[in-house]
Amino acid sequence: MRRGELKNCRITKGQRVFDFFNICFLIMLSIVMFYPMWHVVCASFSDASELAKNEGVLLLPIQFNINAYSSMFKHPLIMRSYFNSIFLLVSSVAVSMLFTTICAYVLSRKNVLWNKFFNIMIIFTMFFHGGLIATYLLVARTLKLNNTYWALILPNALSVYNMIIMRTSFEGIPESISEAAYVDGASHWQVLWKIVLPLSKSILAVMVLYYAVGVWNAWFSASIYLSSRSKFPLQLILREILISNNTEQMAGVGGQDQEAIGETIKFATIVFATVPILCVYPFLQKYFTKGVMIGAVKG
Amino acid sequence: MKNSTLNNKSFWAIFKKDFIRNKFLYLMFVPIIAYFVIFHYMPMYGVLMAFQDYSPRLGISGSKWVGFANFMDFFKSPSFWIVLRNTVKISFASLVFGFPAPVVLALLLNEVKSNKLGRVVQNITYLPHFISLVVVCGLVHMFTRDTGIIGRTYNALTGSKGAMLNNPSLFLPIYVISNIWKEMGWGSIIYLAALLGIDNSLYEAAEIDGAGRWKQTLHVTLPGILPTFVIMLILRLGQILGVGYEKILLLYNSSTMDVADVISTYVYRRGLIDQSWSYSAAVGLFNSAVNLMFLTASNYISKKVNGYALW
Repeated sequence: MRRGELKNCRITKGQRVFDFFNICFLIMLSIVMFYPMWHVVCASFSDASELAKNEGVLLLPIQFNINAYSSMFKHPLIMRSYFNSIFLLVSSVAVSMLFTTICAYVLSRKNVLWNKFFNIMIIFTMFFHGGLIATYLLVARTLKLNNTYWALILPNALSVYNMIIMRTSFEGIPESISEAAYVDGASHWQVLWKIVLPLSKSILAVMVLYYAVGVWNAWFSASIYLSSRSKFPLQLILREILISNNTEQMAGVGGQDQEAIGETIKFATIVFATVPILCVYPFLQKYFTKGVMIGAVKG
Repeated sequence: MKNSTLNNKSFWAIFKKDFIRNKFLYLMFVPIIAYFVIFHYMPMYGVLMAFQDYSPRLGISGSKWVGFANFMDFFKSPSFWIVLRNTVKISFASLVFGFPAPVVLALLLNEVKSNKLGRVVQNITYLPHFISLVVVCGLVHMFTRDTGIIGRTYNALTGSKGAMLNNPSLFLPIYVISNIWKEMGWGSIIYLAALLGIDNSLYEAAEIDGAGRWKQTLHVTLPGILPTFVIMLILRLGQILGVGYEKILLLYNSSTMDVADVISTYVYRRGLIDQSWSYSAAVGLFNSAVNLMFLTASNYISKKVNGYALW
């Protein structure tokens, strides 16, 4: 229960003043936090030349139209990268979930001699890793995965943090249930598929979303491993059109079709790129929060 | 139970029995082990190149060993002090301003009487966490340009010209503030969870003892979130030299390079762009070693001082 909801407090004058300023502050904070997002949405529906003239804050679209969206949908590179991102999202999340579930399931079993060793070996990777250069050389030179999606999917397929959250949740399922299944001759696959997973639906939803948001928003590995532009995910194209050319030379990626992108199309692309997340967000916000809390309890 | 009978047998017998009982589990685990060995332990082996004059053609086994020469090159180069200073500065500023922000937000949200308002504020402040870094930095670029709303206001007030991101003295505030915008709400969840977990009877007892709301905050609420706070602080201190490259790469340019270049972006440029593999691996290894040291030290101190620790 929220502290403010408790009834047992005596209401004094000082408290009223505090409550008033507290509420004012939080409302103002929300407006400041929300405005940039609102600005983008409004600008994407505005007329390009009128938008350029506008000097103040944008409360509503200026001369509402959807020109930006229609030219964005005709832009071959943006649309292609959008589908690339969707493909990457689906395959990446599938691989990650498979790895994470199996890892969490095995580590959550009792009476397994090597689990302690596995645990230490896995947790150690959270605190120490080979670093950017060694990983890059391994993936690009030794395994020769550069310019394939494997280079984006595999190196970070399993997040140890997510795995710990899932393991904790699996450990919470009463042992007697799976024990009974083993006695009846069920294999580990059957126990995992028919007992453990159906009982962990909400945590699975959280994990899928954690991974999905991560993949959808990722850009760095794509920028170092992918060389052909036809394979670029959406975030890389977004970087090219949103972030000024100065950084481009440093990052080693040249933007050839920079000039073709108008201001309103930039805003439309941002909206288009963020909409998938914002669509699922309100429904799953509760689960997201739950995931953070389970992680927190486990530390 | 089975375990107690196992005690008397030799290690080999335990090993065998365990293997027979759990062989399918181990079979399932093979891909996981392969994943960790290939993608986590092989880079750890690969980082040995920091002590070599590494050439990808010869590999680790064929390249010449040079001891600490790469590290010494880094310590002696003028870049060392620049990137170290920038890393510490950016990290410290993020710590001082970014770390307390979620705590304060959680405390204020906790005092709100209306459930509806609290929920609306929470939802709005969580939202930016889900917007991609590229978009956030793109927005920063757009808003702080001389035609952008923040850039125009700033230029009008101070009489300066051009994009704010080209101004070296503004890089740090922009970095820190945009970070707070993105992560404050999300970071507050963990503290809110801790606040909701405080037993109501503590407040009631304090009330009976005559403590007002402020006193209750001081003596019930704050001690209630202290463990969470300390754990988060330990984790954060372990990252003191861990300013990530992603956001810096998206925000810096040639005119802010002197204040924005941190160790991780330096590793990125020297390694992946200039391809001096051994040198950049050495810099990266130095960075992770220092991070690990800080984490261990802050964990140790916290354990000694108040008993909260990660391990």
